[in-house]
This record gives sequence, C-alpha cells and structure tokens, in this order.
Amino acid sequence: MGMPEIVYRHTRIVRIAHWINALCFLLLLMSGLQIFNAHPALYWGQSGNNFDEPWLSIPGGFPGLLTLPSFRDLATGRNWHFFLAWALVINGAFYLGFNLINHHIQRDILPKTRELEPGHLWEEVVHHAQFKRVTGPAAKSYNTLQKLAYVAVIFVLFPLIVLTGLTMSPGFNAIAPFLLDLFGGRQSARSLHFIAANLLVAFLVIHLVEVVVAGAWNEVRSMITGRFTVPSPPAIAEDKP
Amino acid sequence: MKDFLTRRKLLVGGAATLGGLSLAGCDPLSRSPEFRTFLRNGETLTQSAQRALMIGQPLAREFSERDISRVFKANGTKDPATAEYNTFVASAFSNWRLRIDGLVDRPQSLSLADLRALPSRTQITRHDCVEGWSAIGKWQGAQLGPLLQTVGLKANARFAILHCADNYGGGQDAYYESIDLIDAFHPQTLLAYNLNGQPLEVSHGAPLRLRVERQLGYKQAKYLMRIEIVERLDGFGRGKGGYWEDRGYEWYAGI
Repeated sequence: MGMPEIVYRHTRIVRIAHWINALCFLLLLMSGLQIFNAHPALYWGQSGNNFDEPWLSIPGGFPGLLTLPSFRDLATGRNWHFFLAWALVINGAFYLGFNLINHHIQRDILPKTRELEPGHLWEEVVHHAQFKRVTGPAAKSYNTLQKLAYVAVIFVLFPLIVLTGLTMSPGFNAIAPFLLDLFGGRQSARSLHFIAANLLVAFLVIHLVEVVVAGAWNEVRSMITGRFTVPSPPAIAEDKP
Repeated sequence: MKDFLTRRKLLVGGAATLGGLSLAGCDPLSRSPEFRTFLRNGETLTQSAQRALMIGQPLAREFSERDISRVFKANGTKDPATAEYNTFVASAFSNWRLRIDGLVDRPQSLSLADLRALPSRTQITRHDCVEGWSAIGKWQGAQLGPLLQTVGLKANARFAILHCADNYGGGQDAYYESIDLIDAFHPQTLLAYNLNGQPLEVSHGAPLRLRVERQLGYKQAKYLMRIEIVERLDGFGRGKGGYWEDRGYEWYAGI
C-alpha cells in the first residue's frame, strides 16, 4: 500500500467563509427562535395576528435551550440577529465574489449537463442510500447530489432567507415594495423565512451525516487546513494484480 | 468499523463541547452591556443603509379597504387610567390639549377640534409589532410635517419627542418616543385621531397617536400629550429616545 494521496481541497477563502457562515447560521437560528417565540404563530398574507387563523402555532414557543439568549429577551435576540445578519450577508458576498471570479463555483459546484442525466442521478441516489464511503479519484470532486445540495443552499435558500427577512422590515418595504408582491405579503415572508430556516437545518443535518460517512476527521481537517487525504479503495481491490 | 465509531464519537463529542461552550458563552455576552452595545453596530448599519436607499423618501405600502384586519389588535397600554387621563375620557377629550414646544418659534396648544380642523390625510397601512404580528387599519390624521412648519423649527432642532399620558404596565416611567426630522416630515407621518373611520378608542391611544409608517409598532406612540422639539435625546427617560429603546430595543425600528 503506497502513501495516501493528499490534495489541496479548500482555498483559504472557502475555509474562512465556511466557518464564519457556520457560526453566523447557528447563532442566527437561535436568535431567530428567540424572535419567533415573541409571537409563536405563522400566517399567510399581508397581515396576521391573534384574531386571524395561523397555519402554524407553537404554544409556548421553542425551549430556551435552543434560543439566544436562553432566557426570554426579544430586544437582545434582535440585537444578535441583525448584527449576525449583516455578518452573514457580507461574508456571503465575499464568498460569492471571490469564487465566481476564480471560477471555483463554475468549475466545482455547478453540475455539468451530463451529471444531470436521470440515469446518472439514479446511480448516485442508490450509492448514497448505501452510505458507502467514496474512495479513489471520485473522492476528489463533489458528486452531483452534493453539488445540487450546495447550489440549493447557496443560490436558493440563503438568498430566500435574506430576502424574506428584508421583506419583514417596514423600512425596506418602502424601499423595495415589489418584495411584498413577490412573497405575498409580510406575514407570508415571515412564514417563508421560517420554512427556509428549517430547510437549512435539514441541509445541516444531512451535511453532518455525510461528513461522518465520508470520514469525519479527514473532512473536518480539510475544512481547517485545506488538505484532504484521498481515501484509498478497499485493500482487497488493491491486492489484485 | 471501530475506527468509524471512534471518529463519530470524536465528532459528536467535539460538537457537543463546542455547542456547550458557545451556549455557555452566549448568555454572559447577552447580559454584558458592552457586548450589547457592540451588537448594536448592526442597527447603525441598518439605519445608514436604509436611509441611504430611501431615495426621495418613498411611501410605505398603502392597502385597499378589503385588506383591513377584521380586528385591529390593541397592544401596549390599553388604558392609561391615570386621574388626569380619566378626566379627558369623562369630558370626551374636550379638556385635552396637545402642546407643541421646545425648539420652536411659536409654541402651540391645540385642542382635538383644532387638529380635526386641519387638512387631513387618510391611509390604509400595515402596523408591524416588534413581536412579529401585523394588522392593517385605515388611519386619518393631520400630517406632522406641515404642523411643524407652522410652529417654526429653530436651527438646532433635530428630534421630535412624543410625550404620552400612559405609564406602561403601571410603572413609574411615562411612555415616550422620538423620531428625527426625516421621519417627522415624511408625508405619511400623522397625528392620527381616527382608526377605520371612527375616533380612536382608548385601547388604541385616544385621542391622538403617532403614525410613522416605516417603523415598528412601538414607535407609534399612543395617548399623545406633548410634542417637544429637541436637539438631543439624552435627558429624557434613560436617554435612549424612547420607553422601549431604554429597555434595549432599537431606536431605528425600521426592521
């Protein structure tokens, strides 16, 4: 068995942006739940309050274990949320700017046309369902489902959560009233903001599971140092002449 | 497989430790006045960005009659119930006066009839509580801007302080709010006396409340008694420009 192959996988910009984004997202989620708890009900449409019919109501809200701060304090939750929202947006803008210019997104994240063929996608679904670690050259690039998940997060869910957040702002409504029409009103935007947050949590869960399947230490280290050890194929296969 | 479990344990353990540390760290940070002041840089950014983008002072969305909420939820103080306020209610607000003074050339004292005699604006707008809910109502009132022009502002005038008749929650501190001259002169900024075609009920701030439509509900001061034009916000309440601002909420409530 030869020396394991080590590749430089993540640029410094990607690594820094990843961890800033992870921290911002976690704290935005928790301060968001604090804000949600101030009125733990969601509506569709322009307006909605205690005299209207919510589509979702969580009496008592989320437990303090999940909120920031852990005690009831809407004012401080808002302070956290809006500070972190700026950090998330600025970080995201840097990430997108750099990685569009250096073509990392076009080269590594956007799926190729042939990857989107149903036959290929089905093969990947089957492979994922087996929770098998990808080894050899295939481990050096993202697979198609992985690419599609990243595209959904970077180009759909994060833009959606930022724009629906802005649509809840009465000041921003005056600046960009078309967002109210796009999302169907302030309370619809609040509902979509909550749904987008839930979908990002779903992504995070799958992301963490896949990190474990692919090799937690190697994956986490590659996002810290940039270097990734390409997993070797099983030894039996290597023993063949 | 053993290796895999070890790694998983390491990851889960590490994540739990990190999570625990960050949670443990966040509550003391949340309680630290210095750290909250640091977080409030977000508010400064938001205010600067929104003000820069409000080219030509755009209006808040106005809705149609059929969008009006079935019930307009009353929030905050629902009845000041002070001895003085009770005499206003008993007299159907005929003995109530709004004072406009401070850094003005011609201080005034206006009755409700005086205010109703001024040219009025009617607007169907959305009221957004900081808690997250919204209600749509039709407001009618006198625009604040022309009224301030009538009284004449001195050169160093910067803010309008809205003094209210209520002590929220029956406490010692009187409710008050403040807006700057950009919002004071916005065409939708009203001294409103009607909601949905009826004189304001006590629960909605009778006889007069502020409407400043591009900000959240706590800025829409109820039970107005006095508009004081000032240069600085310190020296009122705890110095942050409003009852809720003194309790950690943003002065710029545009988000």
